Amino acid sequence: MRKIWDIHGGIHPAENKHQSLHNPIENAGIPPQLILPLAQHIGAPASPIVNVGDRVLKGQMIAEAKGFVSAPVHAPTSGVIAAIESRVIPHPSGMSASCIVIDTDGKDEWIAHQGIEDYTQLSKIELVDRVRQAGIAGMGGAGFPAAVKLSTRDDKPIETLILNGTECEPYITADDILMRERAAEIIAGAEILRHLIKPSKETLIGVEDNKPEGIAALKKAAEGTGIEIVVFPTKYPSGGEKQLIQILTGKEVPSGGLPSDVGIVCQNIGTATAIYRAIRFGEPLISRITTVTGEACGQPQNYEVLLGTPVQYLLDKSGFNKDNCIRLIMGGPMMGYTLQDTAVPIVKTSNCVLAPTVAELPPPPPAQACIRCGMCAEACPVSLLPQQMYWFARAQEHEKLENHQLFDCIECGACSFACPSNIPLVQYYRASKAEIRQAQQDKIKAERSKERFEARTARLEQEEAEKEAKRAARMEAAKAKAAAAANAPEAGKADIIQAAIERSKAKKAESADPAQAAIARAQAKRDGNVEEESPQEKTERLQKLLASAEKRLSAAKEKLALAQEQQNENADAFATAVSKTEEKLAAIQKELSEHEASLAPTKASPASDNADPAQAAITRALAKRAGANADETDEDKTTRLQNTVASTEKRLSAAQEKLAAAQEQNDANVAAFATGVEKTQAKLDTAKKELSDHLATLKTSSASEAVASDDPVQAAIERAKAAREAQANMSDADKIKQTIESLESRIARTKEKLEAARAEGDDKADLLADSLVKLEDKLAAAQQTLSET
Amino acid sequence: MGFLKVSSPHAHGPMSTARVMRLVLLATIPGLFSLTWFFGFGSLVNVLWASITALSFEALALKWRKRPIGFYLNDYSALVTAFLLGIALPPGSPFWLIMIGTGFAILICKQLYGGMGYNPFNPAMAAYVMLLISFPVQMTTWLAPQGSFAGDLLGPIDALRYCFGFGRDSIDAITMATPLDVLKQNNSLLIEDLWQESSQFGQFAGIGWEWANIGFLLGGMYLLYRRVFTWHAPISMLTSLTVMSTLFYDGGSSASGGSPLFHLLSGATMLGAFFIVTDPVTSAVSNRGRVIYGALIGILVYVIRVWGNYPDAVAFAVLLMNFAAPFIDHYTQPRTYGHKLKDQQGGKS
Amino acid sequence: MIELIAQNPFLASLLALVGLGLVFGALLGFAAVKFKTEGNPIAEQIESLLPQTQCGQCGYPGCRPYAQAIAEGDDINKCPPGGEATIAALADLLGVEAKPLDAAEEAVPSVAFIREAECIGCTKCIQACPVDAILGSAKHMHTVIASECTGCDLCVEPCPVDCIDMLPIQTSLQTWHWDKPKPAEDLIASDRGTTKQSGAAV
Repeated sequence: MRKIWDIHGGIHPAENKHQSLHNPIENAGIPPQLILPLAQHIGAPASPIVNVGDRVLKGQMIAEAKGFVSAPVHAPTSGVIAAIESRVIPHPSGMSASCIVIDTDGKDEWIAHQGIEDYTQLSKIELVDRVRQAGIAGMGGAGFPAAVKLSTRDDKPIETLILNGTECEPYITADDILMRERAAEIIAGAEILRHLIKPSKETLIGVEDNKPEGIAALKKAAEGTGIEIVVFPTKYPSGGEKQLIQILTGKEVPSGGLPSDVGIVCQNIGTATAIYRAIRFGEPLISRITTVTGEACGQPQNYEVLLGTPVQYLLDKSGFNKDNCIRLIMGGPMMGYTLQDTAVPIVKTSNCVLAPTVAELPPPPPAQACIRCGMCAEACPVSLLPQQMYWFARAQEHEKLENHQLFDCIECGACSFACPSNIPLVQYYRASKAEIRQAQQDKIKAERSKERFEARTARLEQEEAEKEAKRAARMEAAKAKAAAAANAPEAGKADIIQAAIERSKAKKAESADPAQAAIARAQAKRDGNVEEESPQEKTERLQKLLASAEKRLSAAKEKLALAQEQQNENADAFATAVSKTEEKLAAIQKELSEHEASLAPTKASPASDNADPAQAAITRALAKRAGANADETDEDKTTRLQNTVASTEKRLSAAQEKLAAAQEQNDANVAAFATGVEKTQAKLDTAKKELSDHLATLKTSSASEAVASDDPVQAAIERAKAAREAQANMSDADKIKQTIESLESRIARTKEKLEAARAEGDDKADLLADSLVKLEDKLAAAQQTLSET
Repeated sequence: MGFLKVSSPHAHGPMSTARVMRLVLLATIPGLFSLTWFFGFGSLVNVLWASITALSFEALALKWRKRPIGFYLNDYSALVTAFLLGIALPPGSPFWLIMIGTGFAILICKQLYGGMGYNPFNPAMAAYVMLLISFPVQMTTWLAPQGSFAGDLLGPIDALRYCFGFGRDSIDAITMATPLDVLKQNNSLLIEDLWQESSQFGQFAGIGWEWANIGFLLGGMYLLYRRVFTWHAPISMLTSLTVMSTLFYDGGSSASGGSPLFHLLSGATMLGAFFIVTDPVTSAVSNRGRVIYGALIGILVYVIRVWGNYPDAVAFAVLLMNFAAPFIDHYTQPRTYGHKLKDQQGGKS
Repeated sequence: MIELIAQNPFLASLLALVGLGLVFGALLGFAAVKFKTEGNPIAEQIESLLPQTQCGQCGYPGCRPYAQAIAEGDDINKCPPGGEATIAALADLLGVEAKPLDAAEEAVPSVAFIREAECIGCTKCIQACPVDAILGSAKHMHTVIASECTGCDLCVEPCPVDCIDMLPIQTSLQTWHWDKPKPAEDLIASDRGTTKQSGAAV
């Protein structure tokens, strides 16, 4: 005789098992509709692989496992997917979750499936995979995916395989009748499990002594297999996994650990049968044995039920009388949960539907005060002090609850059962566990929020500091540049600072103090010694200034482009620098043009005398530049624009490459890169547009000029002449007309482009539309001025 | 659908608080019977009057506290307090003494702390000690047992009369020191001589007292059998008392503290062991804790009886240990499944 | 000298008291130096009890400043997201009387939700969010990272098109749990005998 250990505590509730054992297992048949929740197991819910309207066959997988701890769902019979929607599921909350609903067709048509005669031919991995694909989840109540338990690790050698046939809950007889009628299948399943797990010591089936017929059948079936049927005295809750392990081996599963930590794997006998059927016949888990009992049922009975069968269907079959029943329980009277709705389906873990009468399980009377009698501590199978935990739970003393090992409570209900004051102790523990978990989560979230908040504060501060630093740097740079501009030739000096100082000094000496200069000039004038700047000198000076300003502008633009390309934070600063330099440039140009305009009348007569046409051309060209657009030549502009487009394109491609790289590496800066690309794209677009506009204007103007010349100097002269003539001849109205024309042509072109862009679904469409609107505005304004003049 | 939504478990055991209390009341019958047999109807009248006053006080307190009166009176806890106090008081105590006792027990020791389950001290014992300190004369006047004197026992009518203050003088004629008192006062006689000289000594202890104790022992055995409480506290108390009295028993000299049997069957030993020490509300909670709790009470009982100022000591010992109960609980938390004892103790604050 | 003291009880007691004062003063001074604690750990402890929503409903710009303020003597009842539980914890820590919450009602734990169809991409909420829990860029739709949202409300105000809602956090299948039973001992007389039981969680 093998040694049987005892568990602490335990209770002896009325068994009430005989009622449902009068008849053999009956096939419940096919209900018109099956509701299959996607989460019938512990772990991630399965994910549907069928669509509404699909026809499915019996045994066809309709939802696949998601992740390691998960299990697939199969169609229990043939039919059509009616819906994939939220339905009330068997859960104490009475809430809904995703379900696949099948309208059955009654044909019960199997999908092609194949088992294997000799499972020893397959490797362990293949066998476990078959179990996984069959969607088998622990059928004793918890629903832990069986394949996960079978995936034993090498560093945890298994000594003992235990099959749980205890079924200690009152009323439930699903396992009992399984043992009586299908002992051979249980043993066959046990053999497969033994083959898979290879326990080094023994394989045991634990059964309480209140199931003599089942024990006899099992013993007969197990003859010669070496599987030992261990019978032990009936006591609730011997069937708890940890309790059974203690009873059979004397070992305790460490708190928070798994049975495999002490070299044990435990499976329910129903699970063993399901594994046998999955391996031997290739049948997935699509039905189970469920006890329907309680005095509100006319004929208590064990049914072989298709998963997804509504509870109402089973109750109807069992002669359920609703008037007698005030609570409907899924599971047993100790750990089962109440159902609010009889439409909920039977799932993989549903071992019992209990419909007691009011007299049988009366509603709980009001709780009295705890007198600390200790009957709960006497009953507790894990040696907790429920009465203490009750006080702590009421006082929300979470720390003390944890010190009293609240989380080792298996919620078996023995304490509440024994409590003479009818205190719903288990409910206190459940609520407290949830509260503590919530508090822990809140704590973690608060920590994270704090971190994020602090990171944000630090970032803002840093940004502010950087901005400040940049502002200071920019001011320095601006000063230095101004100095450099004033005295460009001296830039060759080795010592830059020295150079800058020199330059600023020189600049000061030269022109820093206009008042001083004015005074000097005035004095000179007064002295009669008129030494004012001659017109030529002034022109030269201004031209020099203009040249240097242009140089600076282009340098600044280059820097800006570089900064933008590198996503440099100084880009903004450069941009302002560029615009400032541009302003300065414009001012110088204006001054120059004014000066030349004033010179023009004086120059007019000498110009006629002047034989040298080149000189004249230069003068005219200068005049034109000053008077007309005061800007670069068309060629220059074209090249500049082309350059811009080219460089922007280069930058764009670089930015895109960077973006791609960032995306690949999941870099945090992806968003920043993306905006960078967008911006560059937009710039490229404007640059292209400008270029095309410019080219278009060039075409028209060159057409009108139509002066052919071999000599570039001559050509320049000719163009300058033409321009001057045009300038001279053109009235304001003509100018406006010209503008209008050019605007109109531009609008037309933009429209074309816009249409093309829209047709291609290009991002540029919006931009183009924007510019179109702007052009139209300008056109309207120009027309307005025209009509006014 | 109209189905109940309740947390498991749905089944409930047969035990209820009221049933526990009823069983305790039932178990006092043998002891009460022997008290009546040997000392007349004084104890019965005590119990009756104490019950009436205790229930009234309880109802009053519940009314003040706006609690459902019927619901709480039905738990019989006030009745148990009344019975225990009534038994502990000397037979034929005056009505006011009893009333003050139950008033103190119910109002101060129980309801003021929040009612049943919340009281840190055993109400009956706290009231007994309060009365003993406040009214030492009345509290130490015990009737002479049957057979120790010539007169008649206190009949029911007389007992009632005495209780309510009519003809109290005549009662003094039949009072006598208790054996524990006699032993305490003795400093010249050998135990053997003392036994012969004083008429109140019986076979093992005092004449009526030994039988009253045996009666309470019987009642206690019944409660143990009905699993109303566990054996841990009472057996450990009796064991430690036995051990103490055996260790310090010198065979019966004039300075002797009495034999082990004398201590086990004297005074309130058995009443204390099975009806007071087992009071769940005020004792330690774990079985290990209850063993310690009981053992310390046993030791204290002997210490106070032999070396203290008071002849009997159960009430004092119990009250002292009521103080210590939370402390004992703290250090005797049982080892939970899957834990090592060390971890668990270390994990506590 | 000693004789004088011995003969003069007043002087003796005066000397004794002064002597005692000196000795204990020295001890205290020594302890203050020897066991000096760096910084203000109480503020840290207070901060660890605050819910870290950074909502500013207390009148301080974040939980840390409020913790500092409490350490310097401000009231402990200014945190609506923490509610009574936080006040109780603070009262416990600081050994002061718990006060009723200084706000209309306890804040229901909630999470911000942007009605994305209405979002114009102004980034104002992004700038307001104290924990960077809103994603988006200019002229692009924004969205809330629900798991990081503390439900502080701060993004609701700046939104120019009012497209941010504070949605109370819903109970899901995963977060559902039994409520604690209502202690029947506290029931009043008329509650008895009805079928709605203490164990029934609503």
